[in-house]
Amino acid sequence: MTFEYAPAPESRAVVDIAAHYGLFIDGQFTDPIDGGAFKTINPATEEVLAEISDAGSADVDRAVASARSAYKSTWSKMPGRERAKYLYRLARLIQERSRELAVLETLDNGKPIRESRDVDVPLAAAHFFYHAGWADKLEYAGLGPRPRAYGVAGQIIPWNFPLLMLAWKVAPALATGNTVVLKPAETTPLTALAFADICQQADLPPGVVNIVTGGPATGRLVSEHPDVDKVAFTGSTEVGKQIQRAVAGTGKGLTLELGGKAANIVFDDAPLDEAVEGIVNGIFFNQGHVCCAGSRLLVQESVADEVLDALKRRLTTLRLGDPMDKNTDIGAINSREQRERIDELVKSGDAEGADRWSSPCAIPEKGWWYPPTVFTGVTQAHRIAREEIFGPVLSVLTFRTPDEALEKANNSPYGLSAGIWTEKGSRILWMASRLRAGVVWANTFNRFDPASPFGGYKESGFGREGGRQGLAAYLKSGGH
Amino acid sequence: MNVALVDGVTASNSALRRFLHGLPGVDQVGADSRAAMLSTRSIKASAKEQAIDLAISMVDLTTLEGMDTPGKVRAMCAKALRPDPSSAGVPHVAAVCVYGDMAGIAREAVGDVLHVAAVATAFPSGRASLNVKLQDTRDAVLAGADEIDMVIDRGAFLAGRYLEVFEEIVAVKEACGSAHLKVIFETGELRTYDNVRRASWLAMLAGADFIKTSTGKVSPAATLPVTLILLEAVRDWHRQTGSLVGVKPAGGIRTAKDAIRYLVLVNETCGPTWLTPDLFRFGASTLLNDLLLQRQRMATGHYSGPDYVTID
Repeated sequence: MTFEYAPAPESRAVVDIAAHYGLFIDGQFTDPIDGGAFKTINPATEEVLAEISDAGSADVDRAVASARSAYKSTWSKMPGRERAKYLYRLARLIQERSRELAVLETLDNGKPIRESRDVDVPLAAAHFFYHAGWADKLEYAGLGPRPRAYGVAGQIIPWNFPLLMLAWKVAPALATGNTVVLKPAETTPLTALAFADICQQADLPPGVVNIVTGGPATGRLVSEHPDVDKVAFTGSTEVGKQIQRAVAGTGKGLTLELGGKAANIVFDDAPLDEAVEGIVNGIFFNQGHVCCAGSRLLVQESVADEVLDALKRRLTTLRLGDPMDKNTDIGAINSREQRERIDELVKSGDAEGADRWSSPCAIPEKGWWYPPTVFTGVTQAHRIAREEIFGPVLSVLTFRTPDEALEKANNSPYGLSAGIWTEKGSRILWMASRLRAGVVWANTFNRFDPASPFGGYKESGFGREGGRQGLAAYLKSGGH
Repeated sequence: MNVALVDGVTASNSALRRFLHGLPGVDQVGADSRAAMLSTRSIKASAKEQAIDLAISMVDLTTLEGMDTPGKVRAMCAKALRPDPSSAGVPHVAAVCVYGDMAGIAREAVGDVLHVAAVATAFPSGRASLNVKLQDTRDAVLAGADEIDMVIDRGAFLAGRYLEVFEEIVAVKEACGSAHLKVIFETGELRTYDNVRRASWLAMLAGADFIKTSTGKVSPAATLPVTLILLEAVRDWHRQTGSLVGVKPAGGIRTAKDAIRYLVLVNETCGPTWLTPDLFRFGASTLLNDLLLQRQRMATGHYSGPDYVTID
């Protein structure tokens, strides 16, 4: 008999989305000076969720001035243990409002509610808890005596994990004594604006966190602002390079967390059932909108057929559809633009002769979607093996020996993450020490923890987020 | 896997060991997290109604106590035939499960409407001579059991004497005649998921009709990840041999919510083919009443209470 799961939608009643949102500057919501605005859309329904302020030059000036003044008058003078109290309070408020934040995230981003509820929001709270603990212990972080904050941090975050990326940026910045001007992604501003409300609720001193919404122009204003001391960016390699050029020679601190084309390497002695789950989680988690996604599967030839058969069978069980349904595995693509980008790269895969297979799932009529797709017969020379697709598209390559796996894995301009699947411990260590990737997972993939530093090699960027190493991104070592 | 291949891998203890240890390993963290993810599935409304009735029809209603009496067994059989006297539409359970000496009483009570499963082979420890185990099996079948739940010799398994375990299952299967054989691993004693996978293949090679997690006498009994590994084994066995082997988690499954999680696990691991009492059973005693309470709640819109289901 067939067992159809009845719809199990999460309730929208827990959120109250305003028709219009201002900018969050100096502890208050304020309208932009030139009154620009844009709309944020639910990518699963194409419904307009709210009108969002487009911050212009004068608004970014106000935000940076507010952050500067808060830094000078309060935040830099406050002992670490007092800053910690605010961070703990923010962490607890995120937990208390977790249902609301998860629903907002899913509506604005299109990701399944299961993921925003079980991954994004709990991890965001965990980042605040973790960094709260560091705030009064920075002397012991191994960064020299009396490490000092930069001052004002300008932070620009992407749309794939809106609240979580905010937490990755804001928590360490505040813990280390910096104040913040944050620009959320144009298509996913709602949870950042809810976080602004949480800052008010936590009585965070005005100006410590400022949130300016807008598009790429606003981002540029933040990263190029002369009174910003430190720039932290997560997003595409292309934009990262522009920022690095702009920041060069200014003396500003810079960390970049950019694209990736991670190899997920499956050896013939891997735990195969769990490896298949790891492949699915590696590339189809969050519709593949993950910079560290395992988008290149390197599988040993001797088990390639077996693994691919099992993978395709597994993919047919993935449930694509309404992101608000608690049983949905694959949600909506975040924007029309992103869907077109995925489609363009997939067509290049077809044109270059790779074999495409897509899960035979029904695609909803409205919104932007992409079925889980696997390319086999891919070689290193194909664009789909080189370029970041940032969608639910897996490129499968094979290898014969560990050296070949290593060589192919490292043969990429990127180096953000990698996965190794084998039951042989010595092989894990041998591979991990030779893979040029910032994060190497063994017998798992896409696992995150605030205590574990995250960041890239090569064109995947520099600087680390999370862990003791992540603090260094927001501190100048003492003694000079 | 054809007969020649089965003969090949069971030609000697070392051949069998090579085969079982050549199966892909199970990563514990990964298996646990897969089971945990599937248990977040939200089964509501019509899907829940369907799942509750399916779960009721899959119950092996069990009493395995030293204090069992004919009266107790007859009362349980009455409940198994008609779980909820207040509602005509409730399906009967799949089987009653009793000790061998109660098989005759049970058969008399359920006629040919339900299966009668008898635990045999010196259940639950399995510590007896092969002759005793075989006689135990024959007695139960003779008394009317058409399903035998045997336990494997965990001592021999953990000592690496796989062929001994294999031959014992083959012998019990033969003693079963036409009765179906369920092979209990007592996964709480095998401990590792690798062992659970090996035991599954060992039992299927030996001709098991069902593979079963636990006796219910050892903790932990059935868990979602262990059942996941059994399900993966029968799925892969079917792919290789074309034959269908059933799975029975037993022990510790007490609530309708638990039962539904198991059904989701079956659905998303093996697919709908296994969603039948012929291929999936719950070994349970108290589960049935919670299923009935939930069923009443779905039908009436409110919770009744423990006095609105029967205690037998």
